[in-house]
Amino acid sequence: WFADSKHHQAYVNGLNAALAQQAAAMEAGDVEALVKLQPAIKFNGGGHVNHTIFWSNLCPEKDWEPPQGDLAAKIDATFGSLEALQAKLSAQTAAVQGSGWGWLGYDPASGGLVTATTANQDPLATLGLVPLLGIDVWEHAYYLQYKNVRPDYLKNVWRVVNWRNVAERLAAAQ
Amino acid sequence: GEGAMAYTLREPPYALDALEPHMSKSTMEFHWGKHHQTYVNNINTATEGKPEADLSVEDLMLKAWKEGAGGLFNNAGQVWNHDFFWEGMKPNGGGQPSGKLMDRIVASFGSFDEFCAKFKAAGAPGPAFGSGWIWLVENGGALEIQFTSNAENPLASGTGKPLLTYDVWEHAYYLDHQNLRPRYINVFMEHLVDWDKVAERLGAISSL
Repeated sequence: WFADSKHHQAYVNGLNAALAQQAAAMEAGDVEALVKLQPAIKFNGGGHVNHTIFWSNLCPEKDWEPPQGDLAAKIDATFGSLEALQAKLSAQTAAVQGSGWGWLGYDPASGGLVTATTANQDPLATLGLVPLLGIDVWEHAYYLQYKNVRPDYLKNVWRVVNWRNVAERLAAAQ
Repeated sequence: GEGAMAYTLREPPYALDALEPHMSKSTMEFHWGKHHQTYVNNINTATEGKPEADLSVEDLMLKAWKEGAGGLFNNAGQVWNHDFFWEGMKPNGGGQPSGKLMDRIVASFGSFDEFCAKFKAAGAPGPAFGSGWIWLVENGGALEIQFTSNAENPLASGTGKPLLTYDVWEHAYYLDHQNLRPRYINVFMEHLVDWDKVAERLGAISSL
């Protein structure tokens, strides 16, 4: 995760720079400049949001525990089992073209769990969902260890998922 | 593919270690040997037993684009893009173009240095966000720099005639440079670009 933290720092730096420019544009009443800044805010802000979630979603393998309580019940009810959720999300995430993320999300509209993917650094919030668990499939997330074999990364990433953190996020969302 | 045979992975015009130390053999083994190979495998699977299998890679790609066949295009486009990428590089590349190509670069960008600065800047995360490619193209008499996402390219989308490209998918540089994409781009410009090839491409399309 060493290399990924450098990417996260770059997003934070980029976001700060964009927000500084936004503040100047707002003060000047320059709407055109505000609009032009949106892509930079979206991808740097999204990158910052997504990686912040990701770090909290992970734990050392020795600390891994299965989902419990309400989260476990919802996973079983929605997907059939934890294994079924993992297979589904891994398959969806493996199929992401280019750079993006796989997500387990909470849908406030239905009160249920869903799987989804987003492109580049688009936050899950852009789909109207609350992110519970994110899986980074930008190549930088897995390349040094797994090279082109994204499916192997996806198989193994489940061993370091911090389900307590996912449960906390679900509780906060409901 | 060409004739009745399945598509095959075209070799670069140099050995896999020939671009060292600027692009490692390890990178070539993965980038060409695994990523590019996988795209070729995928178009074979997609076209097996179908009349499309007789099309050239370029025609297959253009057909997939026109018909909105996204899955097929993602693979055919990447086969084409990577062929174009390898063929635009050479051992001991870099330096500067000359003749008509240099004239056109100066005409469109002011100077070769200004072109280089723009071409490199176009690949920085920001302008070039996510996976994709940076292109030098000929468009309506002028040379332009364009970014395309994922498998897209200017030939398919009709935005220009490609002359040179570099890959900014992370797999293109991650083994050699990790997150330091600008360093990869500098090395590409200084040590890898085959300007003779670019001039040949310009000659083939330009009658102006």
